[in-house]
Amino acid sequence: MELRATVEEEVARELTRMGVEGGIAELIKGEFIPAGLTAEFDELLEMQVGEAYAEDIIRMLGRGEEGEVKLGDIEVKVDKSELSGKIKEELKTKLRDVRMKLSEEKLDAILKKAEEKYEEAKVEPREAVGIVAAQSIGEPGTQMTLRTFHYAGVGAIYITLGLPRIIEIVDARKKPSTPAMKIKLAGEYALDRNKARELATEIEETYIRDIKSKIESSTEDMCVWVSLKEKELERKFIKREEIEEKIKEVGKDVLVETMEDGKLRIHVKRMSFHELLKLEKDLSDKLVKGIEGIKRAIVRRDADGEYMLYTEGSALKKVRRMEGVDFSRTTTNNISEIVDVFGIEAARNVIIKEMMDTLEEQGLDVDARHVTLIADAMTMDGEVKSIGRHGLAGGKVSALSRAAFEVTVDNLLGAAMYGETDELKGVTENVIVGQPIKLGTGAIELVAR
Amino acid sequence: MKKGKDSILEHELVPKHKIIEEEEVKKLLDTYKIKKEQLPKIKLSDPVIKGIKAKVGDIVKITRQSRTARKAFFYRLVIE
Repeated sequence: MELRATVEEEVARELTRMGVEGGIAELIKGEFIPAGLTAEFDELLEMQVGEAYAEDIIRMLGRGEEGEVKLGDIEVKVDKSELSGKIKEELKTKLRDVRMKLSEEKLDAILKKAEEKYEEAKVEPREAVGIVAAQSIGEPGTQMTLRTFHYAGVGAIYITLGLPRIIEIVDARKKPSTPAMKIKLAGEYALDRNKARELATEIEETYIRDIKSKIESSTEDMCVWVSLKEKELERKFIKREEIEEKIKEVGKDVLVETMEDGKLRIHVKRMSFHELLKLEKDLSDKLVKGIEGIKRAIVRRDADGEYMLYTEGSALKKVRRMEGVDFSRTTTNNISEIVDVFGIEAARNVIIKEMMDTLEEQGLDVDARHVTLIADAMTMDGEVKSIGRHGLAGGKVSALSRAAFEVTVDNLLGAAMYGETDELKGVTENVIVGQPIKLGTGAIELVAR
Repeated sequence: MKKGKDSILEHELVPKHKIIEEEEVKKLLDTYKIKKEQLPKIKLSDPVIKGIKAKVGDIVKITRQSRTARKAFFYRLVIE
């Protein structure tokens, strides 16, 4: 069924390209059965597109001359071949483009050659892929900038990039130096800029200090006076009643009065001078709207024309149930948060994506397979482990290997104290004792009978 | 409040996890000539494992979208 759809699509596209509108293209789309096409249809085709084009179309439909390759043949044969998914797709598009010059024999020959090359390119068993991955990332790493920050779009959101970001990822830090979320929006929020902006204010943290024009304590009547910036309130969609409610949460028995000129008078019965100053400070630090830790949330348009939010600061769990957030497409660059919320497999995906993006941003072309290997190694045990001595390297079974890596004395001493045995299975251990390493040709043993 | 697609199992970063049957487990272990414990692990506390209600000792088959192979299978053993 899928095959038929592909061919139909191809024919329809070709027709549109030739300038055939509606009618006949629709007809072919609906009625397409290569063998079942009638002579009348051919005539109709000729009338509409002219003889020369009609011939082309008929050939495309798979009724060409003897020995010519049909679209269907390409699909079936490529699918049957021993190639990987992505190569198959690429091969199909390329073959389709040249199919007029193809013959059955040529197609078979091309596939055979492709399979050969594919087999050659496969990694041999016992190849030291880890070393290759390490060097493939290490060398380009020397070309990376040591300290760069970058804007996400124009919105003045800083994101750590370059080498510091790579180090952060492989060290499996609990919190990145610049956590950030990309929040996709659902339904009308994605289409309406104002709705998106309103949601952004729900997420961006707002303290009283951000919306006050003045906050002062008066010792005369022992109360705190707050004047608010009307413009800010409007911009952040905050109602005065909401602020009053929030102010009451600051302490027990807090009373709020709104004066005629809009000033707020806040006081607590029988308050000492010390308490008054503390009240002023607490008020200024009171969160009135948004999520704590999200310093900014800006609205951007993505490639599909949908509005979305970029945030400085990350709190996946808190935006999870917010109206207007499409949580199924929302991500963060904080990998430990990803593990908690989406699990280890998602974390692996984010490690790969973040590393690849960072490398690409620096103009470095590293094969995804090297990065994938690192991500796999880091997530092997069900939790995200760092690469260094506290993680992967430190978790090695071999004491000699650990000692060769870092903190030699501690490792040797510990191994001696606990009476560890070294099975000499790894590379480093065998180099130390002067034996062939069990990699490549060293992995094979001869048995005489 | 309107509930969007809330389940994390639908998240674009989360590949499909499926608990596999005894028979498939045996086939898998025979193919690679390994013991269960040699498989990569996934924790019982993992949100996806909670979502599909897997138990300790189960093996989950993960259908990953690979950059090179389009689709790839991966297996993890559920641990405490």
